[in-house]
Amino acid sequence: MSYGAIEALRSVTLTARPGAITAILGANGAGKTTLLRTISGLVKPRAGTVRFSGHELLGRAVEDIARQGVAHVPEGRGVIAELTVEENLRLATLWSMGRRERQGAIEATFELFPRLSGFRRRHASTLSGGERQMLVIGRALISRPRLLLLDEPSLGLAPLVTAQLMVLLRDQTEGTDMTVVLVEQNARSALSVSQHAVVLNLGEVVVSDDAATIAADSGLRHHYLGF
Amino acid sequence: MGLFVNITLDGLANGMIFAALALALVLIFRATRIVNFAQGAMGMITTFIASSLLGRGVAYWWAFLAVLAIGFVLGALVERVLIRPLQGKSELNPVIVTIGLLVVLEGVAGTIYGNSSRGFPAAYSQSGLTVGHTKIAFSHFDVFILVSVLVLMIATLVLFRATSLGLRMRASAFSGEISRLLGVRVGLLLTLGWALAGVAGSLAGLLVAPTSSFSPYFMDLVLVYAFTAAVIGGLESPVGALIGGLITGLSISYVGGYLGSGLQPLGALVLLMVALMARPEGIFARPPARRV
Repeated sequence: MSYGAIEALRSVTLTARPGAITAILGANGAGKTTLLRTISGLVKPRAGTVRFSGHELLGRAVEDIARQGVAHVPEGRGVIAELTVEENLRLATLWSMGRRERQGAIEATFELFPRLSGFRRRHASTLSGGERQMLVIGRALISRPRLLLLDEPSLGLAPLVTAQLMVLLRDQTEGTDMTVVLVEQNARSALSVSQHAVVLNLGEVVVSDDAATIAADSGLRHHYLGF
Repeated sequence: MGLFVNITLDGLANGMIFAALALALVLIFRATRIVNFAQGAMGMITTFIASSLLGRGVAYWWAFLAVLAIGFVLGALVERVLIRPLQGKSELNPVIVTIGLLVVLEGVAGTIYGNSSRGFPAAYSQSGLTVGHTKIAFSHFDVFILVSVLVLMIATLVLFRATSLGLRMRASAFSGEISRLLGVRVGLLLTLGWALAGVAGSLAGLLVAPTSSFSPYFMDLVLVYAFTAAVIGGLESPVGALIGGLITGLSISYVGGYLGSGLQPLGALVLLMVALMARPEGIFARPPARRV
């Protein structure tokens, strides 16, 4: 796979490069969440195509799309609150790994998020917002996805935690063949770690360019991104 | 004193049966939020199949195992054919369908086997054991009830707590959408939940039939007691189903022993009301998780 090409919504076409973060920006109702939910199969559009590394994803079951290597972290921290931290991680590895490989992957995730390792056997419901976000991102990374879809990971997090999360995301992406699509309302922090950005408005692409170019365009920032 | 001991032992054995059927209700409720009113009738129909097999000379234990397997298939079929197509519509629809299924199954059994009650053999002797020089109201068959339901409970707990299949089943029950995003085949696991409930229901039927008047309606009252047990236990917890079953079994046994057996269903109703007033979420239900 050289790149993931995605078509969705009202003639929204975007290309996301592997080893890089592509930010999807725009106001509420721009269609950002719908875009991600369409890719992962949670929403069935009336028409259009969703192609991922040469395969049509549209019409396939959500779990089959996940098994193609698409990891979707939905808005609002999708931890399974009734399971323990370790069970949340283990669940994501069941379809892809053997027992030994699984244990190694879980340990590696705890090394990446040392804060979580003290909470292994605690129910995810006891975690703070930031810890939950670490857990869901760790859970998405543990299956070594080829396409990582993140929906508003900064929502409700303190600025410092958001910054740490963004840096971690960049470190995990650089030099790999993982394609990251990052949906954010917090445009400033998303642009700081992205290579490429797409601004959506009312279900259509307004602009698609280098993140640095978009960040430098004050008119665009003012109009659509609110900073 | 002797009366009290005997009533208690009787309540214990009945409580274990209620626990088995309550477990079936719990398995389905926790995964799909549906109370399966046909659970008792499904156990009834599989027990009639057992009766037919035994009538044709099949050995008891083969019939026993065959009927548990049939319960498994029946549970899966009901989910796939009747419940699955109703997904995503009003939550009441599948519950109404289970009530319809209850009526249909009892009608079918009545047509094929007749509505009068008949006998059903027990796996072991039903005459009381002798402790010292006293005969107690606890038979070899009661021991079998105790052991078989305990085995069922332990197997369920091991499945849920110690296997990755159980982890998938719990995850699917708690959060279907997130589980699917993690590659879990949620639909298959819901079917499996109904199938396992079918096994538990079949076991309950096989255990009740020898001690009751075996007719197409013999599971109706048992379902009421099992429902009471499941609600007391919180409707979500297998351990709760066991404890709830024992509480219900002992309570109605005391009501029957000291006040008269005609009052037993009323006793269950009072118990249900008291339990719901004292702890509406059930004894073993976790407080609802905070969703952020």
